Amino acid sequence: MAISDMTIAPEAGYDGFAKEEHHHDYAGDTLLGFWIYIMSDCILFATLFATYAVLGTGFAGGITPKDLFDLNFVAVETALLLFSSFTFGMAMLGAQAKDESRLFKWLGVTFLLGLAFLCMEMYEFYHFSSEGAGPTTSAYWSAFYALVATHGLHVFAGMCWMIILVIHIKRDGITEENHTRLACLSLFWHFLDIIWICVFSMVYLMGVM
Amino acid sequence: MSTSHNDANNALLNDINSATQTHGGAAHGSVKEYVWGLIWSIILTAIPFGLVMSGALSSGLTIVIILLCAVAQVFVQLVFFLHMNTSSEQSWNVVSGVFIVLITLIVVLGSVWIMQHLNHNMLMGH
Repeated sequence: MAISDMTIAPEAGYDGFAKEEHHHDYAGDTLLGFWIYIMSDCILFATLFATYAVLGTGFAGGITPKDLFDLNFVAVETALLLFSSFTFGMAMLGAQAKDESRLFKWLGVTFLLGLAFLCMEMYEFYHFSSEGAGPTTSAYWSAFYALVATHGLHVFAGMCWMIILVIHIKRDGITEENHTRLACLSLFWHFLDIIWICVFSMVYLMGVM
Repeated sequence: MSTSHNDANNALLNDINSATQTHGGAAHGSVKEYVWGLIWSIILTAIPFGLVMSGALSSGLTIVIILLCAVAQVFVQLVFFLHMNTSSEQSWNVVSGVFIVLITLIVVLGSVWIMQHLNHNMLMGH
């Protein structure tokens, strides 16, 4: 009887079960898929780091990073990104508690920290370029801009994503789908902080030595 | 009978849902975990910055410490911010992560190694 129920005339409860089960798989698979995307992004950064390492001494007789890098400035950039990673974690806890205002508050702080980071980075690029170290100055500076600006573009993409997610959540609330999206963005944002650790260690700290 | 069947399914579903709250590489953290992650990250950032700014140690030793702090901080963030662990639900995340670390090392160290030899050979040709 149960079999005939299931095969011929599924009841509302059964339908719900099938949908929910699909649902659960969807969240886990999406996150694993997004994790694999992040791993492929790692390879992108690996090639940029390799390029930077290989071209690290190609100054073409021009200006060197030692003349330009200001570690205090980079320390502030690092702090902004690190704290934004932390505040995104707080936002995720808000989402878990289904507390929309807490989520938006922390997401807003994360957005502002990301924006401040991007503004500092753009000022830095402008400053370097005006000091005579533009992307076309030498092999070293080409590799520098390619690496650091790719990271900056990722931060920008993350911020656009944040805005879109806030619109989604304002419209639909913290649904299962939106929670999955938020979890993907969280992976992305923490990943950017991890890449920045490599950037400030390899590019800035070793660059001024 | 079909009602009890559905009840059983729903009970199973609830079990699945509560058990999968931490699946798929999105295990949830706590405030405490994030604060610890932040504190460790600040320490592991301050050490290399302080060393380079003060120039207290020789450059070779400083580079080693910078690299060690960077690797340590990457692990700190993976554990405290991304909540990675060795549980079986995350085995695919960890396996793919280890694979990518291997690829990254091959790409970066391999490029540097090859290009250094190339530079060496070019100089020898002069």
